Amino acid sequence: MTPILEVNNLHVAYCARTREICPALVGVNFVLGPGEILGVLGESGSGKSTLAASLLQLLPPNGKILKGKILFEGQNLLEASPEDLRKIRGGRIGLIFQEPSSSLHPTIQVGQQVSDVLAAHQPLDRRTLKEKTSQLFAAVFPAGAERISRSYPHELSGGQRQRVLIAQAIACGPSLVVADEPTASLDPTTQREILLLFQSLSQKFGLAMIFITHNPALLAGLADRILILYAGRVAEIGPTAKVLSSPKHPYTEALMQCLPSHLREDQRMRKARLHVIAGDPPDLSLPAKGCLFEPRCTQRMEVCKGSEPPAAAVSELHEVSCFKFAG
Amino acid sequence: MQPLLRVENLVKHYVARRSAGPREKLAALDGVSLSIAPQSTLALVGESGSGKSTLAQCIACLEHPTSGSIWFEGLDVAALDEGQQRKIRPRIQLVFQDPARSLNPRWTAIEIVSEPLLVRQHSSKQEREDRALELFDRVAIPRKLARRRADELSGGQKQRLAIARALALEPKLIILDEALSALDCSVQAQISNLLLELQSSLGLTYLFITHDFAMAAHLADQIAVMDRGHIVESGPAENILRSPGHEATRSLLAATLPFTETPDVRVAP
Repeated sequence: MTPILEVNNLHVAYCARTREICPALVGVNFVLGPGEILGVLGESGSGKSTLAASLLQLLPPNGKILKGKILFEGQNLLEASPEDLRKIRGGRIGLIFQEPSSSLHPTIQVGQQVSDVLAAHQPLDRRTLKEKTSQLFAAVFPAGAERISRSYPHELSGGQRQRVLIAQAIACGPSLVVADEPTASLDPTTQREILLLFQSLSQKFGLAMIFITHNPALLAGLADRILILYAGRVAEIGPTAKVLSSPKHPYTEALMQCLPSHLREDQRMRKARLHVIAGDPPDLSLPAKGCLFEPRCTQRMEVCKGSEPPAAAVSELHEVSCFKFAG
Repeated sequence: MQPLLRVENLVKHYVARRSAGPREKLAALDGVSLSIAPQSTLALVGESGSGKSTLAQCIACLEHPTSGSIWFEGLDVAALDEGQQRKIRPRIQLVFQDPARSLNPRWTAIEIVSEPLLVRQHSSKQEREDRALELFDRVAIPRKLARRRADELSGGQKQRLAIARALALEPKLIILDEALSALDCSVQAQISNLLLELQSSLGLTYLFITHDFAMAAHLADQIAVMDRGHIVESGPAENILRSPGHEATRSLLAATLPFTETPDVRVAP
């Protein structure tokens, strides 16, 4: 199976006011097959939004891709012309950002905003445009699609606005959708509805997805594989069930233990102290030596201080960057 | 035991202002009753727009209820005038969802925590700062961060700061309005441990407002479920979890994906 997206040794850094170089992503590697959903899990500052932005080269002016390769459908995006990139963004790769309220124009009807995306990428006459737009609305709204397409963003709920953004993202029939915390501002019932929508769209149109979040619970029923980011490095990548229920990297393991063991029959755990990860995430502007999780790791070894651990396969499709599993 | 807080039949109407047409009355709270025992935690769970935050604001004397009463330490807070409310307010404190927005980013950490102490007259700046530093110890913020500005702190440190500010006037009741929702899971665990530790050492009572059933189940003694301005179900946490009676409770529980049990089962579309 040829992968649809291949990220090779990607290094991204931000330049601070003081001319300091602060690395945000260091040697990120992963591949994504067609129709596959990859969940990217990381805490604030782990580089997950930087990853989303660098895939489409939408980094802020002080962000820079230092080296690496991003092969999308066989083309290296880092060597693509601005003209090509413009066609790919929104055309072949759909994008969804966190805040549904600030991603839509407040004084244009949402139907128009979706058809604008179509018109920007495909030369269509007005009738086909209208037809296609209403098809898109019907695909993302179970009911009331017609009425909603004539509404303004402020007349819609958060969940409805998010659905409009999804309609925009899939408008031109992309093969990949990158969603950066798409459900963070929604309440759990709406969140679940949006996740179900993502899943059915992915199955219906064979869409590959990169779903970025800080909430492991969201990925459980959705993602095929999970990538764990820590301090700009891939700590672990593997099938969802394996990463969530038998994590290998000490960071993933500690992260899973932080969650309240809720809703179990066993009520003795209630009000018990939760497991925490000691210490704080590392300051990425300081030069790194050794494994970056080492100061907080409960399973550290002598070798961890010396150099960064390479990625090692623990089973098929499951790779861990930790000396416990290195050769 | 005498409850610390007892809310009886509380009603709050907002008038929706539309440019045309008649004014619509919106019942944010439609006859809400609840009580919280001292040193316990009540979790108020519900979807956005169910009236959770309106209830919190009425209890904290930030909104005037349309009718009903709020009994706190033998006084009906809802019936007090502004001057009398000022005496109650220090006893009920709030911690909000997003510490980045609830703390003034230009103030230093110590300014933020010592400001509430200004309401106590005859205190010198030195006394206020000493007290603030004690509070830093309580919430485990290193004292050396005292002169940092709020926006230079991490998300977890900011939320600790918001908790320290809430503790400054030695409240009895702390309303945690989605206080954990915006945090990363490892930070959530740290802050929830801190809240439990403070509750047992200071004898605090919490009203924990959330839409996260998992955290509610972890922290609370009692759970009350809100839906469209009503409390539709309430009782001991384990009863609600084991046998949810109301539709709204079941849909909230279903939305809290319990992935540890069924990691590889895809949700049916």
